[in-house]
Amino acid sequence: MFAVAGVALFGIGCMGLLRSGTDLRRILALNVMGVGVFNVLIATAYDPAGASDPVPHALVITGIVVAVSATAFALVLARAAGRDEDAD
Amino acid sequence: MQTERKDPGGKAGGQVFLGLMLGLAALALVALLGAAVFMSEPEIGGLAGDVMANIETTGLANPVTAVLLDFRGYDTFLELVVMFVAVLGVWSLGRPLPPIVPAPTPVLGLAVRLIAPISVVFAGYLLWIGATEAGGAFQAGAVLAGAGVLAFCAGMMPDFEIRQPLLHRVLLALGMTAFLAIGVMVMAAEPGQAARTFLDYPDALGKWLILAIETAAMIAIALTLLALFQGARPQRRTF
Repeated sequence: MFAVAGVALFGIGCMGLLRSGTDLRRILALNVMGVGVFNVLIATAYDPAGASDPVPHALVITGIVVAVSATAFALVLARAAGRDEDAD
Repeated sequence: MQTERKDPGGKAGGQVFLGLMLGLAALALVALLGAAVFMSEPEIGGLAGDVMANIETTGLANPVTAVLLDFRGYDTFLELVVMFVAVLGVWSLGRPLPPIVPAPTPVLGLAVRLIAPISVVFAGYLLWIGATEAGGAFQAGAVLAGAGVLAFCAGMMPDFEIRQPLLHRVLLALGMTAFLAIGVMVMAAEPGQAARTFLDYPDALGKWLILAIETAAMIAIALTLLALFQGARPQRRTF
């Protein structure tokens, strides 16, 4: 279930990334894709027999933090780019 | 600020066709990925067995924390470096912040006064419980940062970068420097023992070293997230 949702989110994000014309939308679409990847990873960690695999969980928490940092940087970059366009 | 790409000829039909093609391509990609996810052989147990077999050596009971801070400590160290570099990037690109105007609504102020102390206590709890249950430096840092963002929006956040720039920067870098310092310190050989590698904690001290790193990381993470939210380096107000 989580894997299905993850793949679907990845597709939605991919679509958004390709179609949208604005930087903000592209950054959001990339984030949606990232969430899809995290979903799939968490789904692979699930083990119906016993305790879930902690390694993908650790990977995802690392990924979330890096995604937040990268998004913040991307937003500032987009704003700087918009500022330059305004100046032209 | 944001400019839509203008279709030069106004060919609406072409746009629809392009969108349709992109949609089909995305659908095909999703189908491929879905097939790949579900056709792949599930690895029996993955690495869970290895982690649980060695968790005794870490002094922790939460396998996720054990992976993050001990088995894959190097990754987490570099992650803190990534966060620090992100702040450097934001600070060097961002336009200076406009002066912060205290929020005019009393509701936000009241919310901050109610939520901030609870957040601090909760962050401490999350940090401590991270050794045995779900929790840890990232969760605690995120909770603290949330309180910080709320206080910032209410104009109630003391601006550390302006008042105490040196202290603020030391604290921003604290996560990675503490990680580095402890990682290097454990390399020193105890008498009669072989030298350890980077971040290979002695078993007896492991839990306390990890707790020290997590405390430092929590402070750094909270301040880093707040700095990223602000989106620029705060500057002294010029009247």
